[in-house]
Amino acid sequence: MARKTIRTIPQERAVMPVQEPEIRTGNFDEVAQGFNLENALIECERCLVCPQAACIAGCPVGIDIPGFICKIIDKDYRGAYNLMTDANFLPAICGRVCPQEDQCEGVCPVGDTLEPVAIGRLERWLGDLAIAEGWTKESHIEPNRFRVGIIGSGPAGMACAADLAKAGCAVTVYEALHEPGGVLRYGIPEFRLPNSVVDAEIGNLIKLGIEIKCNTLAGRLFTVEDMIGEMGYDAVFIGTGAGSPRFMDIPGENLNGVLSANELLTRCNLMKAGQFPEYDTPLHLGRRVAVIGSGNTAMDAMRVSLRLGAEKVYCVYRRTEAESPARVEEIHHAQEEGIEFHWLTAPVEILGDSDSNVRGMKCIRMELGEPDASGRRRPEPIEDSEYEFETDMVVYAIGTTANPILGQTSHIRLNERGYIETDENLATSLAGVYAGGDIVTGAATVILAMGAGRKAARSIKTYLGIRDSETAHRPEYATIETSMFGIDRAERNFVRVRLE
Amino acid sequence: MVDHDNRRDGVTRARDLTSGANMDGIAASGFPILARTDFSDTTFLLEIYHPTMARAARPGQFVILIAHDHGERIPLTIADFDPAKGTITLVIQAVGKTTREMQRDFRKGGNILGMVGPMGEPSHISEAKKVICVGGGLGVAPIFPQARGFKQAGAYVIGVVGFRSSDLIFWEDKFRQVCDEFMICTDDGSAGLKGLVTEGIEAAIARHPDIDEVVAIGPPIMMKACAEATRPHKIKTIVSLNPIMVDGTGMCGGCRVRVGGRIKFACVDGPDFDGHDVDFDDLMTRLQRFKEDERMALEKWSENCRRLALEPSQTGEKGGS
Ligand SMILES: Cc1cc2nc3c(=O)[nH]c(=O)nc-3n(C[C@H](O)[C@H](O)[C@H](O)COP(=O)(O)OP(=O)(O)OC[C@H]3O[C@@H](n4cnc5c(N)ncnc54)[C@H](O)[C@@H]3O)c2cc1C
Ligand SMILES: Cc1cc2nc3c(=O)[nH]c(=O)nc-3n(C[C@H](O)[C@H](O)[C@H](O)COP(=O)(O)OP(=O)(O)OC[C@H]3O[C@@H](n4cnc5c(N)ncnc54)[C@H](O)[C@@H]3O)c2cc1C
Ligand code: FES
Repeated sequence: MARKTIRTIPQERAVMPVQEPEIRTGNFDEVAQGFNLENALIECERCLVCPQAACIAGCPVGIDIPGFICKIIDKDYRGAYNLMTDANFLPAICGRVCPQEDQCEGVCPVGDTLEPVAIGRLERWLGDLAIAEGWTKESHIEPNRFRVGIIGSGPAGMACAADLAKAGCAVTVYEALHEPGGVLRYGIPEFRLPNSVVDAEIGNLIKLGIEIKCNTLAGRLFTVEDMIGEMGYDAVFIGTGAGSPRFMDIPGENLNGVLSANELLTRCNLMKAGQFPEYDTPLHLGRRVAVIGSGNTAMDAMRVSLRLGAEKVYCVYRRTEAESPARVEEIHHAQEEGIEFHWLTAPVEILGDSDSNVRGMKCIRMELGEPDASGRRRPEPIEDSEYEFETDMVVYAIGTTANPILGQTSHIRLNERGYIETDENLATSLAGVYAGGDIVTGAATVILAMGAGRKAARSIKTYLGIRDSETAHRPEYATIETSMFGIDRAERNFVRVRLE
Repeated sequence: MVDHDNRRDGVTRARDLTSGANMDGIAASGFPILARTDFSDTTFLLEIYHPTMARAARPGQFVILIAHDHGERIPLTIADFDPAKGTITLVIQAVGKTTREMQRDFRKGGNILGMVGPMGEPSHISEAKKVICVGGGLGVAPIFPQARGFKQAGAYVIGVVGFRSSDLIFWEDKFRQVCDEFMICTDDGSAGLKGLVTEGIEAAIARHPDIDEVVAIGPPIMMKACAEATRPHKIKTIVSLNPIMVDGTGMCGGCRVRVGGRIKFACVDGPDFDGHDVDFDDLMTRLQRFKEDERMALEKWSENCRRLALEPSQTGEKGGS
């Protein structure tokens, strides 16, 4: 086959069916409905299979992207899935929620002239196919005698659990809420990431023998120190997420109708407040809803409000669309759905009525000044530009701070912002205790949390003296046993070598 | 029963953890109710089996409970805990849809879908030599472990509890065992002192000029009055706040309260705070957030109950206990 060039590949991206805005704002079904086989194959043809694939480097977990695309072209879908899951075992989730434009697709050379290869959509297609076919990564697990406890069932905890279970450890995951999944469950709404997908991916973990214990608040029910002490865990991983919503401390913040996006989303996604009173948790959605912030959390809060029947939804953000941290696709979808964006606008005061309910908001216009430490241009207020508008609900989506519970209940070292301090191997100040994900970095992304979970799993394996084919080829001091009859067990699977 | 309990326990105890995982991976949730006592037609007690929590719980902490898969997550104070029996005790006042439904459905031998805890910072049982422990309404049960904690720490404990009338009184014996002085106040004077708990506080302060600390748990309006009663005497006053909660892990900010002019999350920073710093008006306003929804839910539920009661097959279920 002649080598593909930018001229010979399909010039347009394959079609991804989406629900029309007028229809989708009335339901919670997925907006983007995914490729079918035919479209996936067309999209695969657009990959130039670069020898030095920039996309692999652009992926936080280093998925062999051209590799899995070639396998799809060869119609070896199962092979493609196996290759994918070597690096990422949650393709159906990451294909939906990763900010691909900043990662793999952002560096795809096709993107220099045309739209980049829709890597995220292909990843999602493969993940969905695996769920539909009931595939799981075949893994021969040889149990060792190690037990690992994991706190938090978000992407970081789950990724760590999966790798350690595959290495033969007995893994227990503790989750405070009554359902596992972390932000994937309580935060990201159904129309972006259906619960059925989260359930399917968690089901795969359970097949690896991982035990998930919900309704368990680690730190309070038992401490981290108890886990490595009395409870006998050989190692512990902490993936409790960032979680604590930030407020601004402006007048009127404690009026009824002011809440965090986390609260709004938890009430809807986890507690099904949209179906109140059939479900017991109320939300009391406003007719008009103003959301402060412009990240993924803000987009989700706005689009959920719209779907629950808000007539008007505003986005108030102090910078411009270009600085907005949300995935490009989500902003685009939000705009199509009729959300009114107030860029370069900061809230000054929330206005209340005589019953202490929100009636409006006072804002000030901003302009962009010099770049700040983060390289983003700092927004500065324009004098005398205050204005008021009417709204019945104000939702804060301006970021989160560290969850304090583990800091309150253990001697683990925190940094000055309250996040857990780790070294480059994700080891914390407590021996045998590792941490990763949002609780270490502050709010980030699903894929970075997963990457951290996997990295911690590698560190834990090293700490426990488990050698695996990923990190060790053949221990120099290989015993007769491991090489007997020419069978190299290290190659096929995991061999545990106690270092001392 | 024991076999059943172990399987149903949401958290396996340390030594059981080695004995193998549940087959389905997600540990069967469900927490068995071992006993129920009704104190009056609105107040009832549940003893729930959860050995790990019974060992971990400290005075002042609470649980979040979800009754069934359509249920709401509601916070309830751990009114007592017994590590030997492996149980925790909740005392619940049926005030709205969820608590009334619990009153109707939760029986001995039954199961609660989800319960997580112990949550919140435990109460700080200080070095105080002389304390007044005040409980009113749904705060009567939660003040008990604190009174006991102070007694065990060697303090002179004065108990003051308030009820609307004599027929609602419970745990009088329990309180008398841990209090050096014990006072009951009733709104109608049908038992003890006629009047509010604040009058009990005033009386105690008049008798004992050397009170170091007051701990008050009850409806916000009562805690506010207690804080005002002690402010002129400059007696440290700790209150336990009860804002509306969802997760109880510091993740939603629904439970935020104003203390000393700053925002605090009652579920992780509290629930105990210095009563002289708390903005009670703010708390009381925010408790009204879902008033209409709560009324609607209760009406709809009561209507349903009435309808079901008319169906012959359901008659065995109806009525409280
Ligand atoms: C609304 C929203 C939308 C988002 N959208 C995107 C997106 O589109 N793309 C993207 O890449 N990222 C997105 N993110 C960010 C992403 O979800 C997070 O970065 C990621 O989930 C972090 O994973 P984690 O495992 O560190 O923590 P989390 O997912 O937060 O999970 C932590 C879990 O630990 C549990 N826990 C906490 N404390 C305890 C304890 N003491 N004991 C037991 N359990 C505990 C929590 O209940 C929770 O389930 C979004 C975030 C939000 C809030
Ligand atoms: C830390 C804490 C400890 C508590 N301890 C006890 C206790 O030991 N015994 C007891 O009977 N009650 C206790 N409560 C109050 C109890 O949670 C509420 O009475 C219960 O949630 C009411 O639910 P409902 O559906 O029956 O009533 P609703 O009709 O929903 O509401 C009735 C009242 O309860 C308040 N309320 C409603 N939902 C919540 C919620 N999710 N969280 C907090 N308050 C809510 C409302 O403001 C309203 O005033 C405690 C609350 C907190 C925050
Ligand atoms: S209840 Fe959600 S933060 Fe306290």
